[in-house]
Amino acid sequence: MVGWAIAVHGGAGVDPNLPAERQEQAKQLLTRCLNLGIAALRSSVPAIDVVELVVRELETDPFFNSGRGSALTENGTVEMEASIMDGPGRRCGAVSGLTTVKNPVSLARLVMDKSPHSYLAFSGAENFAKQMGVDRVDNDYFITQDNVEMLKLAKEAGSIVFDYRIPKVCGTGVQSPIHMNGLPISIYAPETVGCVVVDNEGRCAAATSTGGLLNKRMGRIGDSPLIGAGTYACDVCGVSCTGEGEAIIRGTLAREVAAVMEYKGLQLQEAVDFVIKERLDDGKAGLIAVSKTGEVAYGFNCVGMFRGCATENGFMEVGIWG
Amino acid sequence: MGWAIALHGGAGDIAVNIPAERREPREAALRRILQIGVSALNAKCSPLDVVELVACELENCPHFNAGKGSVLTTNGTVEMEACIMDGNSKRCGAVSGVTTVVNPISLARQVMEKTPHIYLAFDGAESFARQQGLKTEDPSHFITPENIERLKQAKEANRVQQDYTQPIKPQVDPDGDSKLGTVGCVAVDGLGNLAAATSTGGLVNKMAGRIGDTPIVGAGTYANKLCAVSATGRGEAIMRDTVAREVAAVMEYKGLGLKEAATYVVHEVAPKGTTGVVAVSATGEIAMPFNTLGMFRASATEEGFMEVAIWSSESE
Repeated sequence: MVGWAIAVHGGAGVDPNLPAERQEQAKQLLTRCLNLGIAALRSSVPAIDVVELVVRELETDPFFNSGRGSALTENGTVEMEASIMDGPGRRCGAVSGLTTVKNPVSLARLVMDKSPHSYLAFSGAENFAKQMGVDRVDNDYFITQDNVEMLKLAKEAGSIVFDYRIPKVCGTGVQSPIHMNGLPISIYAPETVGCVVVDNEGRCAAATSTGGLLNKRMGRIGDSPLIGAGTYACDVCGVSCTGEGEAIIRGTLAREVAAVMEYKGLQLQEAVDFVIKERLDDGKAGLIAVSKTGEVAYGFNCVGMFRGCATENGFMEVGIWG
Repeated sequence: MGWAIALHGGAGDIAVNIPAERREPREAALRRILQIGVSALNAKCSPLDVVELVACELENCPHFNAGKGSVLTTNGTVEMEACIMDGNSKRCGAVSGVTTVVNPISLARQVMEKTPHIYLAFDGAESFARQQGLKTEDPSHFITPENIERLKQAKEANRVQQDYTQPIKPQVDPDGDSKLGTVGCVAVDGLGNLAAATSTGGLVNKMAGRIGDTPIVGAGTYANKLCAVSATGRGEAIMRDTVAREVAAVMEYKGLGLKEAATYVVHEVAPKGTTGVVAVSATGEIAMPFNTLGMFRASATEEGFMEVAIWSSESE
């Protein structure tokens, strides 16, 4: 028996000028989700079920970029993706290109449990959703006014960036604004929500869900549904990543945490620190992780990551900044 | 050190008594396409160009499960996916759900080089292909009679399994079962630059929208400064084992050589009957282990070594 541990995130790459009320809202949501997970863990709900129920809550709340409240594609629609992985046995499920499924993480779970495959996308995934009878809604349900505004700003910023080609290093000492994934941080929608859990039996699980990159091209798939990149869980740990998708994919970030624990014998926090420091090159990202021995850890190399974590011995922390 | 190249046309339960008319065209194709890769390396083409070129040839060849000759989804359609990765920069490109693009691997390369993204799928990938002016054909172009037959057999087998609820005995398909197929190529030049490419029609009778390991960086395809890897076999297993990345990780973190690392991953990590891999290292080594009955494969080095094979040889 180990002490359980849980961590949640609402995305890495936060505008340093985020208004105080928004910061407060974020922390309250993270706290509420943590408490949901904690209540389940206290009732001995297995890790795989806990990560699903916590991510469902994050998807349903419109604050973060997943489910309702997802960032919009270049066409002003929502296209969602998610993945889930169960440490013992390393079973996994993933979905991409969802437009009507209320809770993408639950469809990913069904792919894992009820289909012969591990990853379904676009109309194939939507058909599977119909067959499974999951809650489905019009695409409008997911669209919030905030995100409509953000898309407008992103399109304007896009044209500015291309026309002016602001150099990163300027002789006059003018600082170029912080960018994440090609967007100024003030309009970047931190991608992804996620949850990692280790239960009393030492079983790890991880789940990640997102609407993806703001103003993305239709059909663009990021790191969140990719096993080994955005999500990974095995005997040793559970990991969920967020940030610049390209960097996370090239760095096979989630798998990397487990690999350095297994092959280099690093402890969880050392592994997280190592991966963030050494495996991101120029990319900006963050991740949360738990280990089978009841540890929890997180790390990020960008401005802020919405996160919260808690362990059975009473530790609890919710934060945004470094 | 000279260049080295390895390519595969799929791992699977390829019966040793496969009829000559099934075996010979594939062996001949592997030999011909290997030579194309060899000539390109001799002409000092970059490994990235070489793996793309070779993968295109394998896609165009109707005998392998990629491009034309792809296996069919449960709806009788073709949905292709591919992935390419450059070892030095670790830049990559991937596509899924491609239905009209003649060379999915080239589309993957365009995603890598012409977009800020890594992975485009389905309608988004198709419309990007049109924007880029890539060659497209009617979806029927990719469908071959052999694959219509394979789909029929697969559906029949499913029906039998469901009716009789007996333990499923792996049937050795005398056709050279391309249920576990894919094509791929890895190459390294004399300076240690590495690249990998993989392309496939996926799993026969797959659900529409099913994505396998091929386009998942770290699962079916991977390249960094140490090695380049392309995997083939049961996609769901390769994905959960992050096979391609694992070979590189074991080299990096355990200090194993390429052959040891690839053998370890295929024979100790991956479940039997699911996985084959071709890999080259920055120092010009080649490894092609598989835990299925066979794997269509070919390899060559600048020193003049050349091999085309299907089943095990002493070196494995």
